[in-house]
Amino acid sequence: MPASLSVIVDSFPYLLQGTLNTAGIVFAAMFLGLLIGIAVAVGIVYGKRPIQLLLSTYVWFFRGVPVLVLLFLFYFGLFSYFDIGFSAFTSVTIVLGLTTGAYQANIFRGAILALPKGQFRAASALGMSNSQAVRSIILPQILRMSIPAWSNEYSIILKDSALAFVIGAPEIMARTQFVASRTYQHLPLYIAAGILYFFLTWAGVYALNKLSDAVRIPGYSHNGIQE
Amino acid sequence: MTSNTPILKAQAIQKSFDGNTILNGVDVVLEKGEIIVLIGPSGGGKSTLLQCINCLVIPDDGQIELEQQPIDFSNKQDLYRLRQQVGMIFQEFNLFDHLTALDNITIALRKVKKLDRNTAEKRARLELEQVGLGEKGDLYPAQLSGGQKQRVAIARALAMDPKILLLDEPTSALDPDLIGEVISVIKNLAAKGMTMIMATHQISLISTLADHILFMENGQIVESGTPKELLAKGNVNKTQGFCDRLNELATGEQ
Ligand SMILES: Nc1ncnc2c1ncn2[C@@H]1O[C@H](COP(=O)(O)OP(=O)(O)OP(=O)(O)O)[C@@H](O)[C@H]1O
Ligand SMILES: [Mg+2]
Repeated sequence: MPASLSVIVDSFPYLLQGTLNTAGIVFAAMFLGLLIGIAVAVGIVYGKRPIQLLLSTYVWFFRGVPVLVLLFLFYFGLFSYFDIGFSAFTSVTIVLGLTTGAYQANIFRGAILALPKGQFRAASALGMSNSQAVRSIILPQILRMSIPAWSNEYSIILKDSALAFVIGAPEIMARTQFVASRTYQHLPLYIAAGILYFFLTWAGVYALNKLSDAVRIPGYSHNGIQE
Repeated sequence: MTSNTPILKAQAIQKSFDGNTILNGVDVVLEKGEIIVLIGPSGGGKSTLLQCINCLVIPDDGQIELEQQPIDFSNKQDLYRLRQQVGMIFQEFNLFDHLTALDNITIALRKVKKLDRNTAEKRARLELEQVGLGEKGDLYPAQLSGGQKQRVAIARALAMDPKILLLDEPTSALDPDLIGEVISVIKNLAAKGMTMIMATHQISLISTLADHILFMENGQIVESGTPKELLAKGNVNKTQGFCDRLNELATGEQ
């Protein structure tokens, strides 16, 4: 077996564990971002002025600063400054979660604004409180509408997660680099890393497409246009 | 009408949007079982008035009393309570697009009235049957015709046992051949004694249902009276002229 192949075979369990770690980081970050995104979008659309300003500032900050800078800022700056002992894994998850939270907030905000005003009005007219209307009427509709954009966001965050290698989180990129620096088999290893990322992208997007089909509202097509 | 105490009293309602006065001191007094019809030119403030009455739009000034209870506009619970007791039908139906016809009705029964799912569904089916849609409960709004959507919307409002029903041009968004089914549902409600305020340009609803007509223009009620008073032969007033034009339109269409 050529050295290029045997290094892949030998390091496969190691890289696979890295892949699972990457998946763990990305799922946790996307989930954190989902909670943040929903809360921030609702706050920006329906909140009082000071809340809107505060949340918009958050969105602008995380949209405007590169993930790499944020990682350094949090991991080497903030966390060590306050002597908070977050692992590299946790730090990456938080930074990516906050970043995607800002982008997801924009996705959801756009969807809320795209929903006809009559939906909220009809809920209010039935005596629902504002929070009941948001939970029972607005969110179920805008979350469905947002799946395609969310799937896009997933693939972006997945790729951004590769930056985590700079602080040594044990994900695909860091592990590939580690093996490559010892074996000098850069080409096959980075091809393998690329394939692993591609596989994770494909699996996530595939699953989200399935989800989109499963929750599709009868009579409506994927983009919400009436058939 | 009678000497009953009114079920709803709106007094000196004032509303502006962006500095434009839309409602300028409007009074409405509604008695139990009474049907008030709002008519008047487009932009006159009919929709705004109806939405002020259930506080979907909060009046800038004025008073609203439901069964002698004044509403505190700054108290959310007060507003929610008011809206639970006042049903509203919209021109554009506003069914919840992600829910079946049945769940459009059960959702508020469950969330607002806190009924369990079974009880809510039983009630919803009953209301759907009342509007002739007993078979359509499992369909989504996108699978219903305009007339069916509006009938589901009416069933949804009625399931809440409202004391008053507000209808904002309930037939205006419908194809002419679908108007009839909605009109007949509304006439049924009237026959059962439902208390209503309805903005409409549907001449058959005005002439057959109205106990009282209010003619609105530029944010004010400029004429008010029973159809008999306003539409008597030989009368010259805005209501008469308006209805004559509606009549011409209606006969012109046929
Ligand atoms: N939310 C709002 N913001 C600003 N202006 C508004 C708003 N709602 C209504 N208006 C304005 O108030 C005026 C009255 O509108 P309203 O819809 O109450 O009239 P209407 O009598 O119901 O008319 P139509 O017969 O066309 O339904 C219009 O000029 C409208 O542009
Ligand atoms: Mg109107």
